Amino acid sequence: MTKVIAEAKVIGQRVLSRDVRQIDFLVPSIAKHALPGQFVNVQTSRHTAPLLRRPFGVANVDRENGVLTIIYRILGEGTQLLAEACSGDRVSIIGPLGKGFDLKAKKPLLVGGGLGLAPLVYLAQCFCPEPVSILMGGRTETELFWQQLFQDLCEAIHVTTDDGSLGAKGTVMAMLPELLQKGGYDRVYVCGPEPMMRAVAAEAARNGVPCQISLEKYMACGIGACLSCSCGGVHKRLKVCTDGPVFWAQEVTEW
Amino acid sequence: MVRVLYDGRLAVDIAGIKMKTPVTTASGTFGFGLEFQDFLDLEQVGAATVKGTTLEPRSGNKGQRAVETPSGMLNSVGLENPGADYFLKCTLPDLQKLDVPVIVNIAGSTAEEYGLLAKKLDVEGVDAVEINISCPNVRHGGIAFGTCPLSAAEVVRAVKANTSKPVITKLSPNVTDIVEMALSVEEAGTDALSLINTLVGMKIDIERRSPVLGNVIGGLSGPAVRPIAVRMVYQVAQRVKVPIIGMGGIMNADDAIEFFLAGASAIAVGTANFVDPRLAETISGGILKYLDRHGYRNIQEIIGLALPR
Ligand SMILES: Cc1cc2nc3c(=O)[nH]c(=O)nc-3n(C[C@H](O)[C@H](O)[C@H](O)COP(=O)(O)OP(=O)(O)OC[C@H]3O[C@@H](n4cnc5c(N)ncnc54)[C@H](O)[C@@H]3O)c2cc1C
Ligand SMILES: Cc1cc2nc3c(=O)[nH]c(=O)nc-3n(C[C@H](O)[C@H](O)[C@H](O)COP(=O)(O)O)c2cc1C
Ligand code: FES
Repeated sequence: MTKVIAEAKVIGQRVLSRDVRQIDFLVPSIAKHALPGQFVNVQTSRHTAPLLRRPFGVANVDRENGVLTIIYRILGEGTQLLAEACSGDRVSIIGPLGKGFDLKAKKPLLVGGGLGLAPLVYLAQCFCPEPVSILMGGRTETELFWQQLFQDLCEAIHVTTDDGSLGAKGTVMAMLPELLQKGGYDRVYVCGPEPMMRAVAAEAARNGVPCQISLEKYMACGIGACLSCSCGGVHKRLKVCTDGPVFWAQEVTEW
Repeated sequence: MVRVLYDGRLAVDIAGIKMKTPVTTASGTFGFGLEFQDFLDLEQVGAATVKGTTLEPRSGNKGQRAVETPSGMLNSVGLENPGADYFLKCTLPDLQKLDVPVIVNIAGSTAEEYGLLAKKLDVEGVDAVEINISCPNVRHGGIAFGTCPLSAAEVVRAVKANTSKPVITKLSPNVTDIVEMALSVEEAGTDALSLINTLVGMKIDIERRSPVLGNVIGGLSGPAVRPIAVRMVYQVAQRVKVPIIGMGGIMNADDAIEFFLAGASAIAVGTANFVDPRLAETISGGILKYLDRHGYRNIQEIIGLALPR
């Protein structure tokens, strides 16, 4: 479980959509221990700008071959540089960081939106061959590639889009109440934009289903040293990078 | 027992704090030190300067607390910490097991509060206190102690009167005349100086048309501030007798050497700990190489070499 700083070798990069990429790293020392819900802190430049590492959820792991995968959206300078990395390039990565998902569900429902779906790929993978259902919310049909990523891992895939171009029209909340009432799920795992996580956690609570959320906060260190990422907990202040990023929904009082 | 490292060539004595190497850590960037144990051997660090501590626990600022800026970052953590009692009970015992001097950075809102804190921390296991004077003085309309030579001196006297430990005063760079501040706290009895703390700055999100940080303004650190830090150490070193711990944007051994040449007797690694959590240990090796390359026997020989003769 110890965190390490390692020189990872880029072994492949795949274009998933206009601005979303998947990158595979050969980094056995981290891949060996990474659990679903944990993240890694990636140095995108050896210069002083971008200065800080960038955090990304672990999107998949191939333990045997020491491969760690992340899926990221090109947003600013750091992710742009990452997109320019070629096979064979060396990248410094710290990981695995934080606490991941509790895996004790018998019939889990995964809920995600946007890049929040990335860590859920690895989570679904870990539940296999147990049956897993996923409910994903997107803006338009351009986010179709996620369905392909989950296809072989889930027994049921439910999709909503804001414009109705794919699946049901609306947010995940258009489908969640019915799924929870009829599906017999014993655990909800949600990772996505904050409003989505709040709404999903509230609905899960109404149905008496335990729910885990995965928070995203701006992180300067990722190892519990700077308190950039702190949030309010029931008993004490929590650090998203070391106490989380995955929390039970009722553990966190102030996001 | 102080274990000797680097054949003693890097050993320094900062106002009675015996360090195996002059490489220390900057408060607030090294947690309580223990967070770094997966990455480095704390006993190979000159001193562990821990997170800013206050009398009562503080929950810090709301909203986004950090953001990257060109070759630097802004932070507005707001001194979140579990309070002095928690530190003494839960953290110090673990630090005490290690052979590394512990410097506790302290903050308060009145001179008396600093005094009370110093008294509380005057215990075995704490090797020195470092006064963070960049805090708002509630008696003076919230103007930082660190920007007023008289208020700063008042805090130093309050701390000195309440502790048997060496007292380090950490200067704020947000002043017109850093030398005036340094002379004022030296006169008040500080045993050493740390400089620099962060520079006040801000960043605006142009899409949201609002400040990025929840607290609106924050402290700038990282390589972007290094030239200012070097200049301040250079100016202050020419006027004071007490030793200086230099910091501000140190990313590697070469950066550290700059500070020694400017007159610092020790240095601290800050923001760079986030980029490479091994740095507070590995920089020492780089300093030793520099000494070898230029034929210096020990670190003492290069301190202040760039100062006017
Ligand atoms: C625990 C965690 C897991 C994450 N997992 C993923 C993931 O799997 N895939 C993915 O695409 N993104 C993920 N992110 C977000 C990712 O870290 C940011 O998108 C990335 O840092 C942007 O870097 P940049 O230099 O390209 O953009 P910048 O120019 O730095 O910023 C662009 C935008 O990203 C936000 N951002 C920048 N740095 C951070 C940071 N350290 N933490 C949070 N937000 C930030 C900024 O506020 C800004 O709005 C995760 C963030 C966290 C905290
Ligand atoms: C996240 C963060 C928290 C900090 N907290 C403190 C603090 O509690 N007390 C203090 O005196 N200085 C604090 N500082 C200032 C640093 O100790 C240091 O003086 C400054 O960052 C300059 O060094 P650097 O550029 O190497 O980081 C903090 C800096 C950062 C980045
Ligand atoms: S990011 Fe530094 S404490 Fe969490």
